[in-house]
Amino acid sequence: MNLPGNIDLRMATAVWRRNFTVYKHTWVTNILPNFFEPVLFLLGMGMGVGVYVGRGMQGQDYVAYIAPGLMASAAMNGASFEASWNMYIKMYFSKLYDAYLATPAQMQDIAFGELMWATTRALIYGFGFLLVLAGFTLAGKPILTSWGVLLVPLALMLIGAMFSLMGQWYTTMIHTIDMYSYYWTLFLTPMFLFSGIFFPVSQMPYGETIAWFTPLYNGVELTRGLCQGPLEWRHLGHLAYMLAVCAVLMWAVPRRMARRMVK
Amino acid sequence: MPDPAITAKALRKSYGDFVAVDGIDFEIERGECFGFLGPNGAGKTTTMRMIYRAVPITGGTLTIFGHDAGSANDRVIKRLVGVVPQENNLDEELSVTENLDVFCRFYGLSRKEAKERAASLLDFVNLNEKAKSKVQELSGGMKRRVLIARGLLGNPQLLVLDEPTTGLDPQARHNLWDRLFALKRKDATLVLTTHYMDEAEQLCDRLVIMDKGKIVTQGKPRELIEREVTRHVVEVWHEEEKAPELPEEMRALVRRSEALSDRLLLYVDDGEAAISLAARHWPALESRLRRSTLEDVFLKITGRRLEE
Repeated sequence: MNLPGNIDLRMATAVWRRNFTVYKHTWVTNILPNFFEPVLFLLGMGMGVGVYVGRGMQGQDYVAYIAPGLMASAAMNGASFEASWNMYIKMYFSKLYDAYLATPAQMQDIAFGELMWATTRALIYGFGFLLVLAGFTLAGKPILTSWGVLLVPLALMLIGAMFSLMGQWYTTMIHTIDMYSYYWTLFLTPMFLFSGIFFPVSQMPYGETIAWFTPLYNGVELTRGLCQGPLEWRHLGHLAYMLAVCAVLMWAVPRRMARRMVK
Repeated sequence: MPDPAITAKALRKSYGDFVAVDGIDFEIERGECFGFLGPNGAGKTTTMRMIYRAVPITGGTLTIFGHDAGSANDRVIKRLVGVVPQENNLDEELSVTENLDVFCRFYGLSRKEAKERAASLLDFVNLNEKAKSKVQELSGGMKRRVLIARGLLGNPQLLVLDEPTTGLDPQARHNLWDRLFALKRKDATLVLTTHYMDEAEQLCDRLVIMDKGKIVTQGKPRELIEREVTRHVVEVWHEEEKAPELPEEMRALVRRSEALSDRLLLYVDDGEAAISLAARHWPALESRLRRSTLEDVFLKITGRRLEE
């Protein structure tokens, strides 16, 4: 079956299956931290800082305020790991993509298969977080209070796809694996801190205007809207933003990869 | 007569100003083993990569099983061509079986078919007992055999092998040759590059020698030897600074001579006559008679210079 862009879904699935096969060997070490990390963040930030945020954040319990955004950032991290170091190694060190290219697979199939896998991993990370949040909610924290939460897995996949594509694009631009330190410290970490996870972006000068341009803010707002409502027209804007980023990069990434690999 | 497996006409590949393959013509028949020989940098690997459609061609035409190379046909061509690359690119994070299983999916095999195909190919390369091993635990020769098995997963009509035995110990080389002979008996079309002349002489039905992006000579191994060099070589070993002078009485017999640091090579057609003359003329030196080899052809054509 061929998708637009001459992507052969069977080839892409084969690429996905390879990553899944590797993941099956390591899932115990890979998945368990995904449950601990959100719990630690919720406890550390929520119970710690939250005590000082006496009146809550915007009238809301502080743990409940930060939880959806942390879930969005978990999806971001899951996708980013795959699309940065893991992909760089396959592309340049282990020559795995050369091996793929010697089969009937073409570059665009490989790019799409990696996108499918990074999105899967984002979903695994985010869904683990969601389960923990469900537990907190049952224990009385007002975190998942809207039926929109049923759509959260889709939002996590969209966030995952967006960050996977951004990471892939960066991977095709760099010439040494050390360059990822820039990607993480100057791109992902600031976004994690200033995308409205821990405090409203309106607290910073021009905060809201700047935030609209950052990918994670859109993901955080959509996730929060789905978890806690109320859903407004602006959420459609967040959705459209992420879909647009994905569309542009889905066009650009396979071309960049082909320019790097097929000479 | 069916179409040839591969036809190349004025095939060219350049990277910016650097011309890797400079307008070569060749035709490979179905069922033959065809060799590409040449020093490093001659353009062999680039030619292989064009054949298995890992790189676009810059100029000329390349037709593989009737399909012109180019993005519109590359999937079809790649479906028909199996590859054993020069550089090991097995998936080191997976076991041998998993490697084959994953790559089967690129050829549309179901889980059950993949299992059967992988098992029969592991049997073919004599690696049944290593099926569950991690790739990292295998020796170089075993890895190369897994690469051959992987290259055969799609039941290709043509197998491209880029320096299949480089870096292997003699046992592993012979083991691998044995598998390639088995493929030849099944009428597989094989295209290979190699640095080893004995390998080319044994395996290849026909071969070309490339140098600096061009094909400099081609033919059957024995034909090439008879055409390019003489039937025999007499080696006269000496310990002097300077090689001994060729005596007048031998000049007529010797078609070409070459002085190396420790011996004088005399290329002759009548080996018996030459060796007896040499023994008489240089009683104190050791003279040996041998058949000419492809290596003599190769060195005559590409020279003894070092290609780094």
